[in-house]
Amino acid sequence: MIKKEMIAMLLAGGQGSRLGVLTAKVAKPAVAFGGKYRIIDFPLSNCINSGIDTVGVLTQYQPLRLNTHIGIGIPWDLDRNIGGVTILPPYEKSANSEWYTGTANAIYQNLNYMETFNPDYVLILSGDHIYKMDYEVMLDYHKEHNADITIAAMPVPIEEASRFGVVVTDSEGRITEFEEKPPKPKSNLASMGIYIFSWPVLKEALVKLSEQPSCDFGKHIIPYCHEKGSRIFAYEYTGYWKDVGTLSSYWEANMELIDIIPEFNLYEEFWKIYTNSDIIPPQYISDNSVIEKSIIGEGSEIYGEIHSSVIGSGVTVGKGTVIKDSIIMKDVHIGENCVIDKSIIAEGVEIKDSVTLGIGGEVPNKTKPNIYSGGLVTIGENSVIPEGVQVGKNTAISGVTVKEDYPEGVLESGETLIKAGERA
Amino acid sequence: MRAIGIILAGGNSKKMRELTHKRAVAAMPVAGSYRCIDFALSNMSNSHVQKVAVLTQYNSRSLHEHLNSSKWWDFGRKQGGLFVFTPTITAENSDWYRGTADAIYQNLDFLRRSHEPYVIITSGDAVYKLDYNKVLEYHIAKKADITVVCKDLEPGEDASRFGTIKMDETMRIDQFEEKPIVAKSNTISTGIYVIRRRLLMELIESCAEDGRHDFVNDILIRYKNQKRIYGYKMKDYWSNIATVDAYYKTNMDFLKADVRHYFFKQHPDIYSKVNDLPPAKYNPGAVVKNSLVSSGCIINGTVENSIIFSKSFIGNNCVIKNSIILNDVYLGDNAYIENCIVESRDTIRANARHVGENGVKVVVEKNERYSL
Repeated sequence: MIKKEMIAMLLAGGQGSRLGVLTAKVAKPAVAFGGKYRIIDFPLSNCINSGIDTVGVLTQYQPLRLNTHIGIGIPWDLDRNIGGVTILPPYEKSANSEWYTGTANAIYQNLNYMETFNPDYVLILSGDHIYKMDYEVMLDYHKEHNADITIAAMPVPIEEASRFGVVVTDSEGRITEFEEKPPKPKSNLASMGIYIFSWPVLKEALVKLSEQPSCDFGKHIIPYCHEKGSRIFAYEYTGYWKDVGTLSSYWEANMELIDIIPEFNLYEEFWKIYTNSDIIPPQYISDNSVIEKSIIGEGSEIYGEIHSSVIGSGVTVGKGTVIKDSIIMKDVHIGENCVIDKSIIAEGVEIKDSVTLGIGGEVPNKTKPNIYSGGLVTIGENSVIPEGVQVGKNTAISGVTVKEDYPEGVLESGETLIKAGERA
Repeated sequence: MRAIGIILAGGNSKKMRELTHKRAVAAMPVAGSYRCIDFALSNMSNSHVQKVAVLTQYNSRSLHEHLNSSKWWDFGRKQGGLFVFTPTITAENSDWYRGTADAIYQNLDFLRRSHEPYVIITSGDAVYKLDYNKVLEYHIAKKADITVVCKDLEPGEDASRFGTIKMDETMRIDQFEEKPIVAKSNTISTGIYVIRRRLLMELIESCAEDGRHDFVNDILIRYKNQKRIYGYKMKDYWSNIATVDAYYKTNMDFLKADVRHYFFKQHPDIYSKVNDLPPAKYNPGAVVKNSLVSSGCIINGTVENSIIFSKSFIGNNCVIKNSIILNDVYLGDNAYIENCIVESRDTIRANARHVGENGVKVVVEKNERYSL
């Protein structure tokens, strides 16, 4: 009989709509991060580094990039005879067919997968956070407290606590109360969306609530178990953890990597982060280049100036171009004499010569002020920016754009330019 | 593919000086992210040769470590795959490989048990891209017994460390001299051969009976008139790295845009073992000009016209000029390195100064490193 003590279920089906054009064609966990990684690399690497070799990845929204990235799991050593990584998309059933309607519903639809491994514990993860965490230590805590459910929680400044799901614990660490985005939080312990369930408890709750529409862990499963009197504990985590759910937080988390000694250090031997890298040549820095306080990925060719930026693999930056405070993802081509300021440029974008990004004043975005904020220019993948145009702040561009799309060669601050056939 | 591959990677070279004290030539790091044997292996894989033997002997530890999984070159297959043969003691034989022909002879079963009609033989110490299918088609068209891939050296390049070739107008080789004192031709053999498998077995066996062990002297040169041996001219980049100067020059060639694009951007790719290092990091104070930098490096100082291999740390105010810094080197603050090759895993103390005055200097420093 196959037996795994703990298996992980990684929720990677969400769109992450707050990342705007970045997630128009890919699921959020597949968005590039930190030069050569994708967001899902962090939980996947944490799994293998914690000794978990069986991971189900639940996909739903735009899974192609995710599927090709994960493959059979070779980069994470998750190509196993028994276990390993398995992609779990929604599937047709004889009686009814449905999409994954909520986090817990997605897990419920894969009961069979979990049962194959006869687990004692199931770890529920989400694919949209940047952190390094030893889940084995969390499991030890779970066992030590004889818990039914353990929720990883992180102390946050009390003034920010109202943005999170907050847990209130007793002296032993047992959770006595939950508050979802409370206006007046009673505690500063924010739930990180990482749960360890004892298998029978999880199974019982999932089956019991199987009829619940949009069944969700935070909204339904945990409250149900709490009411039932299950032993729910908070595992306090104090390391680096970053939610990259918004463009501003995504930008900030990338920028933190270029500090001299970053809080989240990718250069430590211990706890490596693995990724599927198909580009391996070294990067070339030309005679005229200036590079300062930046990280640059494999195979990039830099002829211009880079200041305080995160540059992905296979990027070309032309002569005379100056890039500052920006994130440039894989395979982007930037022409000569461009000025790029505080921009996020997704994979495969082509920027022609003499383009200026990030000029003008701070005007809120006219269509989606909550998404395109922070003064950022955001360009969706495989877009083309024609020669000589200027683009203002809080803007978004997606698609193959031509000169005519820019009135007098300018996209003013706060504008959004989505070409027909492209999604915002 | 109708051929199997043999990569000869057992050799040592005194001309590599200290660099081969800890590894075989084929395991030398090249072009920032690769090892020399990656080029031959990737060529095999890209030519759809499915079954490849690597013959190793001299100082093979790091080579074996590099080859410990065949999946990076797509050789993790049920059919064929990668075979690594090191000399072993058997009931009949307790010798090392006494030469290239002997190395193949000692692994003759590999040839005997294959069914592909042709064999491609190459060495693991050259940097090149080649579709072996093109050579094979040529071999068949010429009705050759053996085809030798050859290359015209640039005027002024020293041919005396290679085998030099002269061909008639049909490209049949009529003169072959191994390591001539004075080279009569600037056409050299690249050590890449195509031959029918059964013929190779026959020739190798008869060699062994006569107590001869060298493929070039005892097969190519000896059978030059009996067998139809043809030359295939290779026009693209090819460079053998087996001397310190050639190694230095080959690496520095990658600073030229055309060489770099030919290997890095043009299809097909060269593969290597992936080592999961983070992107290179440039801290304030870094000044980098005309250089290649690999992943995992942290740069705080000045780097000019140099190649920095993976995972090196360059301290504050360091100056590196015209040098090659191999993997995992730690350079303390204010170090000055010019015209050097710094051996991998070295720790260079702060304020150290190394300058290659007359030619390239190989720096090997085994200082202790304290890491957290």
